[in-house]
Amino acid sequence: MKNHLLEMHHITKTFSGVRALYDVNFDVEEGEIHALVGENGAGKSTLMNILSGVYGYGNYEGEIIYEGELCRFSGIRDSEKKGIIIIHQELALVPQMSIAENMFLGNERGKALNINWDETYQEAEKYLKIVGLKESSHTLIKDISVGKQQLVEIAKALAKRVRLLILDEPTASLNEDDSQKLLNLLLQLKSEGVTSIMISHKLSEISKVADRITILRDGSTIETLQKGVDDIGEGRIIKGMVGRELSDRFPARESHIGDVSLEIRDWIVYHPLYERKVCDGVNLKLRRGEVVGISGLMGAGRSELAMSVFGKLYGRDISGTLLLDGKEVEIKTVREAIAHKIAYVTEDRKTSGLVLSNPIRTNATLANMDRISNMGRIDADREAMMAEELTEMLGVKCNGIEQSAGSLSGGNQQKVLLCKWMFTEPDILILDEPTRGIDVGAKYEIYTFINELVAQNKSVLMISSEMPEILGMCDRIYVMNEGRIVAELDGKEATQEKIMSGILRADAS
Amino acid sequence: MLKWKDKPQKIQGGEDTLQEKPTFGLGFLKQNMMLFALILLVVLFQILIVAQDKGSFFAPANITNLISQNSYVVILATGMLLCILTGGNIDLSVGSGVALIGAIAGTLIVNMHMNIYLAIVICLLSGIALGAWQGFWIAYVRIPSFIVTLAGMLTFRGLALIILNGVTISPYPEEYKRYFNSFLPGGDASASGKMSASLAIAAVLCVVFVAVSAYSRIHKQRKQYHVEAFGVALVRTLVICALILAVFWLFGQDKGVPVILITLGVIVAAYHYYTSKTVPGRYLYAMGGNEKAAVFSGVNTNRALFFAYTNMGFLVAVAALICVSRFDSSFPAVGTNYELDAIGACFIGGASAYGGVGTVSGSVIGAVFMGVLNNGMSILGIDANWQRAVKGIVLLAAVIMDVVSRKRRRG
Repeated sequence: MKNHLLEMHHITKTFSGVRALYDVNFDVEEGEIHALVGENGAGKSTLMNILSGVYGYGNYEGEIIYEGELCRFSGIRDSEKKGIIIIHQELALVPQMSIAENMFLGNERGKALNINWDETYQEAEKYLKIVGLKESSHTLIKDISVGKQQLVEIAKALAKRVRLLILDEPTASLNEDDSQKLLNLLLQLKSEGVTSIMISHKLSEISKVADRITILRDGSTIETLQKGVDDIGEGRIIKGMVGRELSDRFPARESHIGDVSLEIRDWIVYHPLYERKVCDGVNLKLRRGEVVGISGLMGAGRSELAMSVFGKLYGRDISGTLLLDGKEVEIKTVREAIAHKIAYVTEDRKTSGLVLSNPIRTNATLANMDRISNMGRIDADREAMMAEELTEMLGVKCNGIEQSAGSLSGGNQQKVLLCKWMFTEPDILILDEPTRGIDVGAKYEIYTFINELVAQNKSVLMISSEMPEILGMCDRIYVMNEGRIVAELDGKEATQEKIMSGILRADAS
Repeated sequence: MLKWKDKPQKIQGGEDTLQEKPTFGLGFLKQNMMLFALILLVVLFQILIVAQDKGSFFAPANITNLISQNSYVVILATGMLLCILTGGNIDLSVGSGVALIGAIAGTLIVNMHMNIYLAIVICLLSGIALGAWQGFWIAYVRIPSFIVTLAGMLTFRGLALIILNGVTISPYPEEYKRYFNSFLPGGDASASGKMSASLAIAAVLCVVFVAVSAYSRIHKQRKQYHVEAFGVALVRTLVICALILAVFWLFGQDKGVPVILITLGVIVAAYHYYTSKTVPGRYLYAMGGNEKAAVFSGVNTNRALFFAYTNMGFLVAVAALICVSRFDSSFPAVGTNYELDAIGACFIGGASAYGGVGTVSGSVIGAVFMGVLNNGMSILGIDANWQRAVKGIVLLAAVIMDVVSRKRRRG
C-alpha cells in the first residue's frame, strides 16, 4: 500500500446552523488522481475549501493530516506553502496582465521592491513548455482561449512547486478537444509525481483518468471506489451519487414532428471588430415538436449564430433570410424577437442570464414585463402569483420567490432562467448549454422539461458542448465548425465518432 | 421598506399566523435596520438635549427647521438613487448644477423681473438640458459617469460664476418665495387657526391613507391574492396615522405646515412609485444588477441610463429653486458638497455601491438620518469641524454594516 499524502478525519462543518459536512473521512495517496464527485450541494467545494485553508482552523471540526503532520491552516497562504494548490472553476487570472505576470502573481521572482522581470519571463516559458502551451509568455490573458487559460493556471500551480493539485470542474467550460489535452496533462503530471484531486461532473472523464473515486452525498462520504477493484463505470458512480439507480440519463420521448417553424438561409455574420465571418452561409431548419442540436467545438460560432438571430445581439453586417412558419421576417431587436415568440436562454447564467442580486420574482418576469403591467404600471400581486406558478412548474427549490437568485444552487438558477423565458410564452426556444455545471438530478429534470415543451408542439434548438446530451436528446443534429454547418445527422444514427469526424473532415478540406 | 417582508411568502391558507411570526423577528429588524437606527439616534439626541437643558429635539420650531434645512438633500438623494441603481454610477456635478440653475433663476427672477412661472419653467428645462447633456455622453457614448460628471462639476460651477460675475443676487420677491418657503395657513392666521388647519390637513392625509390601504386590501381579497393578517395591517396603519398627526400637531404649534413638504411629498411618492411599481423603474434595477442579462432580456439599457441622468438634472433644478428661495439669494458658493450629501444619503439608506439594490424610502431615511445628525449635533453645540468628522465616520459605518451583514447572509 502506498503512502497517504493526505488524510482528513471526521470533518464536520456547519454554516449558521446548516450542516454542510458531517463526519467526512477522505484520504489521498501519494501520486494518484483522486476524483471527488457528488451532486451540487453535496459538499465537495466546502471540503476543498477546508483543505486549502479558506475556512481556517477553528471553523470546522475534525483534523487534517498532510505528509504525516497535523495541519492547522489559517489561510490559503499556509496551505500553498505546503504545496497544496487549488484551481477554482472560475479562473483567477487578471485579463489585462501577461501570462508570465499572472503566473508569478503573489509569487514574484526577485525581491519585493525589485521584481526580476527577465527571470519571470524566462521561467514562465519553461513552465509553459511543461504544460504544452504554445504561446509567448508576453501574451495577455484576455487574448487566449479559456482552454489555454486553464493551462496557465496549472503552470502557475507548478511554479509554486505544487505537490497536491486540486482542480474544481477543470473541464466545465472546455470543449472535447481541450478537455482531452487537459486530462492528458494531468496524467503526465501524475507520472512526474504530482498528486491531484479532481472535482468533476463529467463522469466519462473521471472513469478515464481517476485512480480512486470518492463519492459525497448530502455532506457525507458514501464510498470510495478503486480502479481495477470496483466497477467505476458511469452508471455505478451515478448510483452512488443519487443513491439510486438512474436507469436512463435521458427521459424517453415520442417524437411528433410537424411543420418547419424556423428556417435560416445563407446566414452570414461578421465579427464585430475584425474583418472575419463568424457565421458563413448557415442554412438551418427547425420543426415543431422537434429538438435539434448544434454540436461543435468552442468558438465554432454556435452562440454567435443564436445571438445574431435573436435580435442582432451579436456581430455586424448580418445578411441572410429568416423565416418563421414559412414567412420571411426581419428581427432587429430583442424585443421583436420576443414578440415573435423566440426565446434565447443564454449560455452563462451568471454573467448574461440572471440578475443575481435581485429576487427570483423579478428575474422571472424581466423579459416580458408587458404581461404583468399596464401602461408601464406593474401589477405586483399578479407578478407574485405568476412567479409562484412558474417556480412551481419548473420545480425551483427555494424559500419563496423573494429569495435572491444569487443564493440559489446552479441547477436552481438554471431553472429560474428557464422560468424567465417560459414567461415570454415562446414557440421557439434556443437553449445555449442548458445544463452546464449542474448536477445529474437537475439535468434530468431539465431534460424532462424540454420533452414537455416539444410535446406542446414547441421547437427547441439546443446548443451543447456535451456530446452525450446532444446524442441523448436530439431528433436531429447539426455540426458546426468555423462558422459553417459541416454535417447534419439524424439523432438516432448519430454517434460521438460521426460528430467528431464531421468536424475533422471539415478541418481537413 | 416594508414592501415585501411583511407578508408571508407562500400562499398557504390557514397557516398565516404561524408564518407571520418570523417577520417580526430578526428578519424584520434587519430589513429595516436604518429605520431603527434613525429612531435610536433621535431618542439619543432627545436624551442628551434634555439632559443638557437645551430645550427639546421635538421643539416645534426645530422640526420645521429640520424639514426646510434638509429638503434639498431628500430631493437630490432621490435622483442620485436612480443613477446609483443603474450600476453604481454617481453624479458629482449635482452641487455645481444647483449653483448654475440658481444663478439662472436669480438672473431671470431678480435681475430681469421675469414672470415667475415662466422663469421656473425655464429653470426646470435648463436642468433637464444639463442632465441630458451628461446623460448623452454617459449612456450613448459610454464615457464613465465619474469622468463626465467630474467635468460637469467644474464646468457648471464655472458657468455659474460667469453668470453671477462673482456677486450675490438678492432678494427674491415674496411672490416667488411663498411657493417654497412659506407655511399653511398664511402668516397672519391666529395660533388656534394654525393648529386647526394643521390638524385638518393631517386628518385629511390620514383618511386618504386609510382609504388607499383599505381599497388595496379589498381589491386584493376580491382577486383572491394573498393579504397580510388583519391585525398587522391595522397596527401599521394606526402607527403611521399617529405619526402623521403628531408631526402636524407640532407644525400647528409653530408656523403651520411648511409648503415645501408638499413638493417633497409629491416627489418622494412619485419616485417611490416609479422605482417599485413601473416597468422602466424595474429596468433600472435589472440593469444595475446585471446589464448583460438585461440586454439579453430586451431591456434598452442605454435609454434607462440616459433617463437616470436626465432626471437627475431635473431634480437638480428643483433643488436649486428650493435653495435660492431658502437663502433668499443666488451666490457662487451655493450647493458646495451637495453631491456628497446626496450620495451619502443613498448609501446610508442601503443602496449598493455596485448598483441594482436600493430604495427611494431607504434614501429618504438616509437623508433624514444625515439631517438629524447635523441638527442634533448643532443643538448640542458640537464644533462644526467635529460634526464633519462624525458624519464621515457614520457614512463609513453604514456601508460597513451593509457589506458585513451581506457577507454573513451569504455565509
